Parts: sequence; structure tokens; C-alpha cells
Amino acid sequence: MSEPLVRTSQAAEVWRRLKRNRAALAGGAIVAVFVFTALFAPGIAPYAPDAGDLGRRLEPPSAEHWLGTDELGRDIFSRILHGARVSLQIQLVAVLIALVAGCLLGLLGGYYGGWADHGIMRAMDILLAFPGIFLAISIIAVLGPGLLNLMLAAGIYSIPQFARIVRGSILSLKEKEFVEAARAAGEGDASILFRHLLPNAMAPIIIQTTLRMATVLLTASGLSFLGLGVQPPHPEWGAMLSNARPYLITAPHVATFPGLAIMLVVMGFNLFGDGLRDSLDPRLKD
Amino acid sequence: MIRYILKRLAMLVPVLFGVTLVSFSLLQIVPGDPAVLLAGEDANPEFIEAVRQEYGFDQPLHVQYLRFVARAAQGDFGISIRNRQPVIHLLLQRFSFTVQLSFLSILIAAAIGLVAGVVSATRQYSIFDHASMVGALFGISMPIFWLGLLLMLVFSVHLRWFPAGGSGELRHLVLPAVALGAASAAVIARMTRASMLEVIRQDYIRTARANGLRETVVIYKHALKNAMIPVITVFGLEFGYMLGGAVLTETVFSLPGVGRLMVEGIFQRDYAVVQGAMLLVATTFVLVNLLTDIAYAFFDPKIRYE
Repeated sequence: MSEPLVRTSQAAEVWRRLKRNRAALAGGAIVAVFVFTALFAPGIAPYAPDAGDLGRRLEPPSAEHWLGTDELGRDIFSRILHGARVSLQIQLVAVLIALVAGCLLGLLGGYYGGWADHGIMRAMDILLAFPGIFLAISIIAVLGPGLLNLMLAAGIYSIPQFARIVRGSILSLKEKEFVEAARAAGEGDASILFRHLLPNAMAPIIIQTTLRMATVLLTASGLSFLGLGVQPPHPEWGAMLSNARPYLITAPHVATFPGLAIMLVVMGFNLFGDGLRDSLDPRLKD
Repeated sequence: MIRYILKRLAMLVPVLFGVTLVSFSLLQIVPGDPAVLLAGEDANPEFIEAVRQEYGFDQPLHVQYLRFVARAAQGDFGISIRNRQPVIHLLLQRFSFTVQLSFLSILIAAAIGLVAGVVSATRQYSIFDHASMVGALFGISMPIFWLGLLLMLVFSVHLRWFPAGGSGELRHLVLPAVALGAASAAVIARMTRASMLEVIRQDYIRTARANGLRETVVIYKHALKNAMIPVITVFGLEFGYMLGGAVLTETVFSLPGVGRLMVEGIFQRDYAVVQGAMLLVATTFVLVNLLTDIAYAFFDPKIRYE
């Protein structure tokens, strides 16, 4: 049997290193608050996200409305809390799509090599030829705007990163003795791939998953800001920012808070991801 | 070197094939008759039929694809149904704007990133180092569109240093370029710092110091030159991300770039424009990456022999 990198004793070691990294802890705390908010938004939010009072439009922050009200008199604080739900949902689905597809492609390419590898990697090059958010926009151009297509676009957009990382790990792992031992013991390809190779490639996958949660949030909120993703009146942070543009001068708070929310959550995932990288695999530290 | 360039050029072929195939597929995947999509839903039947003949939509797919590539190679991307203009005119006009914006952004990002990176590395763990790394964290975490709106609010609305709208002059481009370049400045700063820290610990730097060279000569002549090699690759990548990020910046500042043209094309179902923009931006990015790789191989001979 091979020994996966993330064993119990090693998990304890990783946790010990993570605990000493204050930046990573701060990032983890932000992520924890974000997830908690997303799960319990309806219980925490003082108002319903779509309940507007047209007599109280664009009010600045007050005791009653902590972050003020928007152009339809809706409570911005409540909308931001509910927006966390939408964001987390998009992030989870998109990253899951990328994780599953990217890992499979990376495993197959790295393990079998030859034409399969060549074909998969060229396909990834083609996706990467569309720079950054432009790839997601091109996918939306084909699929059309909307929440579901946004999750698909943000997911497909992240596949190449996972495929490349997993392939790289597999290329070096498959030469190791434990793979040869498994093969000598008569184990099939599927067993070697999923029971031996994949568990040993977990560290970079976990790090990439965390960092991608940040990228996906930036991309998805950007698409919604452009009007290509989540459509109003849904409380999505990028869409809220877009709606706030006409009131930038008269009521700047309407645009300020959704942007602040995006930045904080992205920062949380970045800090936590960097911290995980340093503690999971000190060799990857740049 | 020649062999490396030829090898790298050969890798270009499948990618360009894929990029043209993806842009071509747009009309095939979007639901509806491609001829109607291109001609516009309210076009008369004769015109739709003419478009069908011209593009060969009644022919097998591979014939359609070859026609598409042949036309694109001649700069013919069809007619925009909204602007009633050849798409190539719109693209060239808007694209030159986006390239100007991206160039200015990469200049700003390189200047800030390199200075911050070098000073952070030479004074590791100083206040400046901590401040610039916190700044870099903000740079990579801020959404471009929010940063754009904040810059507009502070520097156009309150301080009145820059105009909030309009285009054509350099002063119109400053705020958009800063918004677009912030994330790249952060990436370049982190990369330069890491690369410098590694180089500074090398033996030849110690030798240079031991020979009594002044610290500025050691840092700027010997260390920086070697530390720059891995940073070069970042420039190409970041320039590409700017072509993508420009979509957001152009929307925030209402600028006439190719990114906004593409988004408007999506909303207006102007598929010839969307197709042309996809092909143009992707091809440009692929070529920029090619040049970056060649530059990298030129500066770092190790790459050529791999």
C-alpha cells in the first residue's frame, strides 16, 4: 500500500504549521465567517433581501439600516448577507466542475502519456488561448447569460489549471517505486490511478481548490457586473455593484459595500490558500 | 535558438486550429439557423438565402469551416447587423484602443511591480517590505470593476484630477489603466521579490560583494539582471490577462474597446462581431505568448536545450 501525503499524523503536522501562520488563520477566519453567513443568511439578515421601501431610497448607513439602502430602498446589509449564499453556491459548483474534469484529464494525460496526453494538453492550450475572464465571456457567448451558464463558464474556465497541476504531479509520481510495487501486485490501472496516484497528488489539488475559490468569485462577480451572469433582482454582489453605478456620486455607499464584500472574501481565500501551500508542502513555497 | 523557435512555431498550429474551431462553432452551437443568426431575425428571406449561400451553410461542416478560415485570413469577418459595417473595421478601431490601454497598464504595472519587488527583496522584513506585500494582497484581491469605480469616485468626482468619462487623450486613460494594472503590479511585485531573494543568495552575488563592488552595482547590475529572467514570462501572461480584464475596465469607464464591443455583441446577438472579437483576442494572446517564450529562451539558454 502506498502512503498518501495527507495522513492523520501528517494532517496534525500541517495543522501545527498552519496554526503558527497568522495570515493563514486570518484568511481561514474570513472564509469561516463567509461560509457561516452563506448558510444562515435568512436567519441573520434583519430584512428580506428583496423587501424594498421606495420611500427610503439610497439612505446612508444608519442604526436601522447598518449599510444603508439601495435604489429600491432595500437593506444593503441583508442583500450582502444573502449575496454570500449566491456566491458560495456559484463557487462550489464551478470549482467542483473544474476539480472533477481537471483531475480526470490530468490523471489520464499524465498516466498514459502519448497521444492521450498530447491531445488533452493541446485542448487545454486552446482553452488557455482565451485570456482570463475573456474565456468565461466567450463561453457565455455560446451558452447565453444566466446563473446556471455562469457556473458552467466559471467551471470550464478553471479546468486547465487543475489538469496541468494534476498531470505534473502524476508525471513525477508514476516513476516512484510504490506504483511499480502496486503494478507487480497485479493491481489494474484504475486502482493505481485512484488508490495510489490521486491520494499522493492531493496537496497541490487542495491548494489549487482554495485559490480557485478566489478566482472564481472574481470572475463570476465580474460576469454578473457585465450583466452576463446572475440577473437582478437576485442579490449577487457583482450585479449589485452594477446597479449602483448610476448613484456613484449621490450615494457612493451603494457601490462601496458589495465591492468590499467581494474583496474581503477573495482575500480570505487567497490568504488561506497561500497558508495551506506553505504548510502542506513547504517545497512549493515561492 | 532557431530550432527552438521552429519547435515553438509548430506548437502554434494546433492551438490556432483550435481557436478558429471554437470561434467557428459559436454559430453552430447557439440555437437557431446560422444564416438567420448572421443576417438578423428581421431580415428578408432573400437576404437570409444570400447569406446562406455566401457562407455555405448548406454545405457540409468541414467546407463551412474552411470557408470561415479562408475569409478570416483575408480579414473578412462579415457584416455587423447592428452597426451595418464590416466587422473588421469595428474590430481594428476598437482593438487598437484596447491595445493602447493594455500597454499603458503594463507599463504602470511593471514600474510599480519592479520597484516594489526589488526594494522589498533588498530590505526583506522591513516596513516597506510588509507594506508592499500587503498592497500586493489588496491588488490581487480587488475586483477590477470595483477598483475602477473607487478610482473614479476619488480622482474624478472628488479631487477632479482626471475626467470621469470620454476618450481620445492620455488623461482619459490614466484611471482605467491603473484599475486594469493593479492586479498585474501585485503579481509582478511578488514575482520580482521572490526571484530577487533567490538570486541574492547565490554564490556569484557573494563573490561580487567580496570583490568590493558597491551594493548598488551588486543589486542593479548583477542581481536584477538575473532575477528578471523568470519575471519576463509574467509580462506576456499579464498582458494577455489585460486583454481579458479590459472588458471590465472598458465597461466601467465607458471606453470604446474591443472588450465592450464583444459584450455589446452578446447582448445584441450580433454574432459576427462576437466571433470576430473571440478570434482576434485569442490569436493576439497566442502570438504574445509565442514572443514571450522566444524572449525567455533568448535570455535563459537553459530553456532551449530542454
